[in-house]
Amino acid sequence: MTAAIELTDLRKSFGPTEIIRGVNLTIEKGERHAIIGPNGAGKSTLFHLISGRYNVSGGSVKLHGENISNLPPYEIYRKGLSRSFQVTNIFPNMSVFENVRCGLMWVKDYKYSFWHLVDRQRELNERTAEVIEEIGLTSRQHIPAGVLTYAEQRALEIGISAAGGADAIMLDEPTAGMSHSETDQAIELIRKITDGKTLVMVEHDMGVVFDLADRISVLVYGEIIATDTPENIRNSKAVQEAYLGAEAEE
Amino acid sequence: MSEITKTASPVASRPLLKTLTPWIGFLILLLALPNIFSSNVGLYTMNLMGIFIIFALSYNMLLGQGGMLSFGHAVYFGLGGFMSVHFMNYIEDGDFTFPMYLIPIFGGLIGLVFGIIIGSFSTRRAGTVFAMISLGVGELMAASSLIFVAFFGGEEGVSGDRTTGPELMGINFGQDIHIYYLIAGWVFVTVALMYLFSRTPAGRMANAVRDNAERAEFVGYSQRKVRFVSFCASGFFAGIAGGLFALNFEIVTEENLNALTSGTVLLMAYIGGVGFFIGPIVGAVVFTLLQSILSNYTDIWQLYVGILFVLTVMYVPQGLTGIIVMHTAAWRMRRIGLLVLPYLRAGIPALAMLTGIATFLETIHHMRSSVEGETAMSLMGVDFDSHGIVTWIVILALVVVGGYLTRSQLPQLRDAWEMANKPPAKAEGAGS
Amino acid sequence: MLELIFFSLLNGIVTGLLLFMLASGLTLIFSMMGVLNFAHASFYMLGAYFAYTISIYLGFWIGLIVAPILVGLLGAVVERYGLRYVHRWGHVAELIFTFGLAFLIEEVVQFIWGKDTKAYHEPEILQFPLFTFFGQNFPAYKAFMLLISIGIFIMLLLILTRSRVGLIIQAAIHKPNMTAMLGHNVPLVFMGVFGVGCALAGLAGVIAGPALGTFPGMAFVLGSIVFVIVVVGGLGSLTGAFVASLLIGLLQTFAIALDYSVNDLLQLFNISFDADSAFRDLWTLSLPQIAPILPYLLLILILIFRPTGLFGNRET
Repeated sequence: MTAAIELTDLRKSFGPTEIIRGVNLTIEKGERHAIIGPNGAGKSTLFHLISGRYNVSGGSVKLHGENISNLPPYEIYRKGLSRSFQVTNIFPNMSVFENVRCGLMWVKDYKYSFWHLVDRQRELNERTAEVIEEIGLTSRQHIPAGVLTYAEQRALEIGISAAGGADAIMLDEPTAGMSHSETDQAIELIRKITDGKTLVMVEHDMGVVFDLADRISVLVYGEIIATDTPENIRNSKAVQEAYLGAEAEE
Repeated sequence: MSEITKTASPVASRPLLKTLTPWIGFLILLLALPNIFSSNVGLYTMNLMGIFIIFALSYNMLLGQGGMLSFGHAVYFGLGGFMSVHFMNYIEDGDFTFPMYLIPIFGGLIGLVFGIIIGSFSTRRAGTVFAMISLGVGELMAASSLIFVAFFGGEEGVSGDRTTGPELMGINFGQDIHIYYLIAGWVFVTVALMYLFSRTPAGRMANAVRDNAERAEFVGYSQRKVRFVSFCASGFFAGIAGGLFALNFEIVTEENLNALTSGTVLLMAYIGGVGFFIGPIVGAVVFTLLQSILSNYTDIWQLYVGILFVLTVMYVPQGLTGIIVMHTAAWRMRRIGLLVLPYLRAGIPALAMLTGIATFLETIHHMRSSVEGETAMSLMGVDFDSHGIVTWIVILALVVVGGYLTRSQLPQLRDAWEMANKPPAKAEGAGS
Repeated sequence: MLELIFFSLLNGIVTGLLLFMLASGLTLIFSMMGVLNFAHASFYMLGAYFAYTISIYLGFWIGLIVAPILVGLLGAVVERYGLRYVHRWGHVAELIFTFGLAFLIEEVVQFIWGKDTKAYHEPEILQFPLFTFFGQNFPAYKAFMLLISIGIFIMLLLILTRSRVGLIIQAAIHKPNMTAMLGHNVPLVFMGVFGVGCALAGLAGVIAGPALGTFPGMAFVLGSIVFVIVVVGGLGSLTGAFVASLLIGLLQTFAIALDYSVNDLLQLFNISFDADSAFRDLWTLSLPQIAPILPYLLLILILIFRPTGLFGNRET
């Protein structure tokens, strides 16, 4: 069985500065994997490399055994990898319903069709309504996404990413800036929506990480210093020194 | 609140009749209009309106729907016109037989072909680069049209004759009323098609790319291809509008594809409101009315249009349609009546001030352009002396008093506006 | 042939430097504020008209100094009360605003000065041929234009590289927010640069008015060419604007001077065509004929193959 995502000696430089310095990581199918690390370790950069937002400087990214390095984002999405963003990234002038529907149209094979009327596509709209139900925005579905509250926009962000039912979902700090109760809801939402799928997430909230993740990788200064189960990571001396130590210094 | 949610229920479950109502109304309006405005001027204006409606809507597929600011949209309009007029001449010469009323199809096709060619490189980016390419292409085409005389006819353009084709039930489109119904038919069909386009995956994704091009790439869509599809469709409909122009005026010149026409269509769409589907329709109607009515009364109507345009961009970026839409909340809550009196109280002095300003401009213009010593002038049926002291006192009074009164009425207008738009729950509390 | 090249070269440089006076302001404004000012050439036109009116009463030389100042002040007002207000609606609205402004200024000019070409002439002292070369005269006024343009170019260069204001401007070009945080009044700098840019355009109008004609369409004729220059040179690059100005200036003068057609080219290969065919325009196409479209062709090619322009480093 091939791995869901496989990174081999992945590198990224901006000018003379190397941000990602040879990352090797294998994420199995159906695994919930969290990437943690101090600020500036390159977690978001790593996400951008995998999802195609940045071109890689060296090494390769494989999705289900297929090399996807340097493909444009939409090609990567079509191969079954979807992602959310750390800074909320939605379609602000369109309604919540339309936002989610945009996340569904390609996988429902409408492509660039100008001969289907979206409002008449029963299955598309029903599935959209289901996703909106799951993210708990049914009562808000017809208002422009730009006027939602922050937590609602975060939920919508996850909804758009997960709507298409991609096999692999990457969430970049899904609970950043949320209150306690909102975080609890978000965890439930993520659990529900990624059921049976591969999940890769970057997260600062250790509660969320230890709650959700099957395995955890620790990224420090562009290198992965450990990949293990939450239990072992929590007890690892090296991790505590490198990661928690770095955190304590701040 | 329940009422708002009801009207906003999913479109899919809306009954067909309700969806169709505005379209049936539109059709009846198109059929009834020539009975209301049956004069030649009326027909002429409405024909022009119809052509501009299609043109402005096609433009808004770029700006409003797709977020592409084009300064060269007249290229597709003009090429459509030239292609159509050539085909009209082929029919006249008996080179081939084709019903005259379908001629705009050829206009649409050449618009589509050029949309494909130019769109293939210009849609890579939105923003300033797209705007610059569209400007460059527009200037290139306008300059070329004076060089390639065989196709563009040089300075005098190409003319044709729409009455020479095979007749349709004894109608050869010789009369203005015939061409009106022909244009009305095309308007109905193309407006419907453009609306439907906006409801397809391609049209929806155009909105998504406009809002957030990067995010669209992460749900599987290439922003470039999304723009490309809209761009081609827009070229097609602009070409049809050009074809109708050729049929209506039986002449197409360089002017139809130069920057002035490109600017006009931007102006129409923007004044009407690019954020709404019907915005460009409103814009085209208002612009054509301004053009045909105002130009009867004054030489400087373009100055007024320019002022109106700049003021719109500065203070009402959502356009005239946006102003109307702003009132829907108050309308739904049946509180629109609260606004009538405040509007009158602020509107009448504002009107006086505008009259004063317009009279000022007209009088100055008259002083500069009339024959030496000629001081008698007439404005809207009022005769006066352009150098008379009374004239200037009246102008000054209108502007100063009107301006002062308008200003003094603004606070009560603002209060009334807030009153009319307060959410229902609070209003009830205040009432009890 | 030699005199043809010589005069084309001189005329090309005169045109190019004149264009640079407009392009430099436009590119400065763009790099600082991110706005391509469509109305830039309208300020050039206003310069010519202001100078014309002033020259009637006070003579050419007073106009040469006062008109650009007036245009600059007007530009500052436009920035302060127009552009800064529209900024809240976003970039597209700003672009449309300047476009509307260009339209409005043309209408206002027609309203005030009428539609006909104005009799705005060079001063009498400069109405003599400076020198004669192969029987062709080079007017002294052109040399004067050349002198002024070079003077402005050197001044601009010195201000930008040597003075404190220049350093702030350069900083504001690259990092407007950072510059503001360092305590510099960026809005004021913006207004200043916009005003000075407009004043430069106005000065160009003052000296170009007598040579190229003072009429309501003069802004439009030059406006789109200046856009081409700014984009071809690279948005935000002064060096690029300079090179592109000269390039376009020379391209246009040489294309008009060299009367060759496609037919001549084909005859080199002993190919001839039926003069009656539908493509007859294509075979008889000559360089002077296509001179007006060359800049736009260049623009499109640059935007397709090198969207950053010749010297630029950013795309939008």
